Amino acid sequence: MDLAEFLRTAWESIVNNKLRSLLTMLGIIIGVASVIVMIGVSAGTEAAIEERITGLGSNLLFVQSGFVRFGPGERSVDFTAAVGQAGGGLVYDDAFAIAERVEGVVAVAVEQSSVQTVEVGSVSLDSIAIVGSTADYPSVRDMTIEFGRYFTQQEVDRKQKVAVLGQSLAEELFGATDPIGQTVNVGGTKLRVIGVFEQRGLVSGVDFDSQLYTPISVVFQKFTPSRFARIIGDRVRMIYVEVESPENVESAIQQIGLLLAKRHEVSLEEADFTITTQQDIIQTQEATTSAFRNLLAWVAGVSLIVGGIGIMNIMLVSVTERTREIGIRQAVGAAPTDIRWQFLTEAVVLSLAGGAIGVLAGVAGTWLFGAVSNLRTVILGSSVLLAFGSAAAVGIFFGFYPANRAAQLDPIQALRHE
Amino acid sequence: MSILQTIGLSKTYGEGDVSVRALEEVSLSIETGEFVSVMGPSGSGKSTLLNILGCLDRPSAGRYLLDSVDVSQMDRAELARIRNERIGFVFQSYNLLPRTSALKNVVAPLLYSRNHGRTKDEKLAIARQAMESVGLGDRLEHQPQQLSGGQQQRVAIARAFVTDPAFILADEPTGNLDSQTGQEILSLLAGLHRQGRTILVITHSEEIAALTDRTIRLRDGRVERIVRNWSNSDTQAVDEVRNGSR
Repeated sequence: MDLAEFLRTAWESIVNNKLRSLLTMLGIIIGVASVIVMIGVSAGTEAAIEERITGLGSNLLFVQSGFVRFGPGERSVDFTAAVGQAGGGLVYDDAFAIAERVEGVVAVAVEQSSVQTVEVGSVSLDSIAIVGSTADYPSVRDMTIEFGRYFTQQEVDRKQKVAVLGQSLAEELFGATDPIGQTVNVGGTKLRVIGVFEQRGLVSGVDFDSQLYTPISVVFQKFTPSRFARIIGDRVRMIYVEVESPENVESAIQQIGLLLAKRHEVSLEEADFTITTQQDIIQTQEATTSAFRNLLAWVAGVSLIVGGIGIMNIMLVSVTERTREIGIRQAVGAAPTDIRWQFLTEAVVLSLAGGAIGVLAGVAGTWLFGAVSNLRTVILGSSVLLAFGSAAAVGIFFGFYPANRAAQLDPIQALRHE
Repeated sequence: MSILQTIGLSKTYGEGDVSVRALEEVSLSIETGEFVSVMGPSGSGKSTLLNILGCLDRPSAGRYLLDSVDVSQMDRAELARIRNERIGFVFQSYNLLPRTSALKNVVAPLLYSRNHGRTKDEKLAIARQAMESVGLGDRLEHQPQQLSGGQQQRVAIARAFVTDPAFILADEPTGNLDSQTGQEILSLLAGLHRQGRTILVITHSEEIAALTDRTIRLRDGRVERIVRNWSNSDTQAVDEVRNGSR
């Protein structure tokens, strides 16, 4: 018998037992579909995260107070308190030192934040993040002003009481009215609105649109006053350093490290600051999502194996049920190889048919998942191939044992089988 | 010229004290074109002989020459090829492939053939011809369960001779049929015999045995006697009784 004949026989046997064939394929269908959906969802998430992190601004270094490690969902941990009010941590002047002394630095922005209640007329919003920063902040963080303007370094130096609003904050406070020129009351301090940012969205767990931005000097004076400020300078949470090009990143990290260690009079080993790069954050995120994806792939793989065992089970039943048929085929001259091929083909055709249905279900499922949830999904050609290939492999692997059993049947006993 | 010859054929099941000798030193030969019946009470070794002559089983000892080729020590794959090319089976219970059309049943042996000389269309044409010669040219696409017992047995006979085998081995071919249908099947077999085919029929029925040229009677795993049915073999040379029970 040639392959075409085996395929025809297999197809007839599958069509003759529609319900049983469908139930057999179900395991494979679910396995293949889940591989595709899971990979689609995690790859989509990964792409979205990477895109957003890259959107933070390129060639950016983050210098943070304390021993903070960057990781998803834990980025605004403030170690200043733990380190102690008097010792350690970044101060405002560190930023100027970096700007002056480190080569290849394009821009430096400083951030110190506080949480306050913001009021406009009868509208009062609790727990609004007040981000004190310097003039370069929008440029290093890749943010764009939609209306009005950002404050200048002069306004920072002169402690001008001005504010720039995130988009959703502006909407909540002012609704349809133009916020420019209006006054907001932030924790008892009146600030004049001079600009509104374009929508930015959630990046690494921070909602840029719900924050209020004001000169860092105002934050020092009004919201985070310190008794030690006169002696050691104003404490800041974070210094953003933008370097010229990716090649400058390594040397900038070294120079900043040495410079700050010297200024803080500590050794590099016990530094009271941490320098991270964009790349570090992306890598951390990738490590997390790829671990997640691996887990999903394993779960999906297990379901494929379960599907394969289902195929083996049904094929064994089928061999027993068709023992007499096997005997007849042997009597008219089917060799053990012919019988083996017949059942192996049937198992593989079942798996491939299940795989094909699973691919359709998986693609549809991924699309549906993307449509109804706000998660991004990507259908990867490689995942479709992987899933389909594993289905075929599962069919061959789990089809072999039943096919071999069929081939080993004794013709006399098979013919006598009722 | 003998198409089939056995020399001291023995079959033992099991080993040591529990061993059963199903066949002992059976030597017989069948000539080309002969119509031979095998008879014997149950336990006489009929089935064992059928299995060995049908190349479904191998003898424990002795030789089995099919067309002068010793097939007694062949492996399973080689035996399958012999069954495919040299032997046509007709069973008591028809043994057609279920859910498979009559035509596909008849063409099956040709599809399993290791001889790749013919195209599939040619094979189907041969199968169609065989179906016509058993009078079922209008039942090609019927499934076995849509056919009567007699029709199913005709399909089985068509399947048996479609490969032009060395001999047809019929095991109680009328056992499941009423007497009239049984007669039809027997005359079909007799017709094949007249066309020059070698047929070996295993039966309980004296009536059927009487229709054949010779009857081999088995008892306790041995050939008891071989009887020539004179009325049927007037053209055949006198055959001496070989190897009766000693």
